[in-house]
Amino acid sequence: MTDTAQQQSPAQKAMDHAAIDDSITSRQEMTGLGAMLRTQPFWVFVAILMLGLVMSFVSDAFMTERNMFNISRNMAFFGIMALGMSAVICTAGIDLSVGSLLGLAGINLALVLQAGWSVEVGFLACVGTAIIVGLINGILIAYLRLAPFVVTLGMLAMARSIAMVISNNKMVYEFGPDQDVFENIGGGSMMGVPNVVWVLTAMTLIFLWIWRYTQWGRWVIAIGGNPQAAKLSGIPVERVIVSVYVVCSLCTGIAAFMFIGYTGSATNAMGATYELNVISATVIGGANLMGGVVYALGAPIGAALVELIRNSLLLAGIPALWQQFFVGLFLILAVLLEQIRNRGGK
Amino acid sequence: MSLLDLKGITKSFGAIHALNGVDLSIAPGEAVGLMGDNGAGKSTLMKIIAGNFPPTRGQILIEGEAVLFHKPIDARNSGIEIVYQDLALCDNLTAAANVFLGREERTGIWPFRKLDHAAMTKRAGELFAELKSETRPRDLVRQMSGGQRQAVAIARTRLSDPKLVLMDEPTAAISVRQVAEVLNLIKRLKDTGHAVILVSHRMPDVFDVCDRVAVLRRGTKVADKPITQTTPEEVTGLIIGAIEAA
Ligand SMILES: Nc1ncnc2c1ncn2[C@@H]1O[C@H](COP(=O)(O)OP(=O)(O)OP(=O)(O)O)[C@@H](O)[C@H]1O
Ligand SMILES: [Mg+2]
Repeated sequence: MTDTAQQQSPAQKAMDHAAIDDSITSRQEMTGLGAMLRTQPFWVFVAILMLGLVMSFVSDAFMTERNMFNISRNMAFFGIMALGMSAVICTAGIDLSVGSLLGLAGINLALVLQAGWSVEVGFLACVGTAIIVGLINGILIAYLRLAPFVVTLGMLAMARSIAMVISNNKMVYEFGPDQDVFENIGGGSMMGVPNVVWVLTAMTLIFLWIWRYTQWGRWVIAIGGNPQAAKLSGIPVERVIVSVYVVCSLCTGIAAFMFIGYTGSATNAMGATYELNVISATVIGGANLMGGVVYALGAPIGAALVELIRNSLLLAGIPALWQQFFVGLFLILAVLLEQIRNRGGK
Repeated sequence: MSLLDLKGITKSFGAIHALNGVDLSIAPGEAVGLMGDNGAGKSTLMKIIAGNFPPTRGQILIEGEAVLFHKPIDARNSGIEIVYQDLALCDNLTAAANVFLGREERTGIWPFRKLDHAAMTKRAGELFAELKSETRPRDLVRQMSGGQRQAVAIARTRLSDPKLVLMDEPTAAISVRQVAEVLNLIKRLKDTGHAVILVSHRMPDVFDVCDRVAVLRRGTKVADKPITQTTPEEVTGLIIGAIEAA
């Protein structure tokens, strides 16, 4: 390149620079398709289609409307929680307390409804519980700089314990005057699609917007990439981190509201070990535990795969005892896939 | 009146004394070269001016007024921009996103207020073109060469119209052509009344664009002279300690 450049006239060269600069500004690194092929959610989606194809041969019950309805409803609860978990994991954090929070928020919601309050008040109690738990997690992590793993592990134990104390270890299935409305919100469906799937869809669209178009989203991703640089750029890192844990808890609160309505009862054991499924869904959906990566579509796609695995095992007649094994296996496979893709990219 | 006055700036990190009573003034339109051996305290001094951490002792005056910076944003609001030695970039974001980090441009009204990707990409592209850097605004910083990363860090300082630009080894990793552009940029900044502090190990750069050179040795300022009254040999002697002070 240098040889020919030296032989060019100055005018030619000046024009070349202008042309280069122009093309540089307008050039994009990858085409839309190329970019999509490099994302994990895309490949997990392909895996879902393939697993679905295999299952439609293995079991006649698989491709039925009934089964699709069940799969989509079951995955939606985890998908909603995974949307929030994605934000936390994007900051290189983790929230192990989501399962316990589901139990605690559910018990508070159920007790408020049982006491005769309206469904709106119940919703506020549920979401309020979530916000408080998120704030506690976030403040301990952001301002006292405690490790997210430890803080949320502690919260996992504490929230569960408080749920037991508050419920006096009893099941609640009386939801007061608004019982029908409440159970219809969580368990009903619209146009043949479960309400909770609509909620997941709406929330996924909101998160798509958040990650692509909001300053908050940009800041969360920046903090995941390089917290020091984010801080030096004037981003209020601590406040953003607190907000991320609140958002994660809020998603769990919303999931709890739908979940209790769907199951029609609240026990304080509700949501135990859900953190495994939610974190698996998030990671399978492309989140990187080192932070800095987030896909809104990854949460529902990851949750769909986790639920599909469960459903497939069931229909294939494999004992339910194998479920956690396969969820764990796919979690590890997802991380492996990510590794391989990264090496290929460099 | 000088733009920036440092008075007796001292900084200790525990037992390490990084700076001992450093005085420094800089006038509008002036460029000062700050030189010194590795670990002499140059970056520490720059970070204090940029509000990363407060000095252990000493005072910072801007246009004669004492200021106290609690965080980098305070310094930026007082018209100070900095290119950090380690560049302080987010690898997982695009070049344009890094240029605008913390001061993203937005359009529309709440709740549909959104990042103005088009405007930010365009402006970032213009800034890179101005630096004659072949940096594409939409590329991820992770995939960039050292020089492109440096261009991103420098482009950041061009977003506002700062009074003082601090550059901590801005030419460390870049090509001859880009070095020339950075030096040109410093000259343009001077011509438009901006002040620049340039930390560099490259003697020719400092002698090309700076009006004064200050030398730090083990945290103490040992020289501060107009560039016309010194030579590269003398400065080298001051840096390594062959010459005690000047
Ligand atoms: N955050 C910190 N904590 C402890 N010591 C520090 C810290 N920052 C700098 N120092 C120490 O202060 C001294 C000066 O460091 P500084 O980075 O300012 O040097 P420098 O002149 O910029 O060197 P270089 O040319 O290598 O960039 C060094 O001894 C360094 O180890
Ligand atoms: Mg340095």
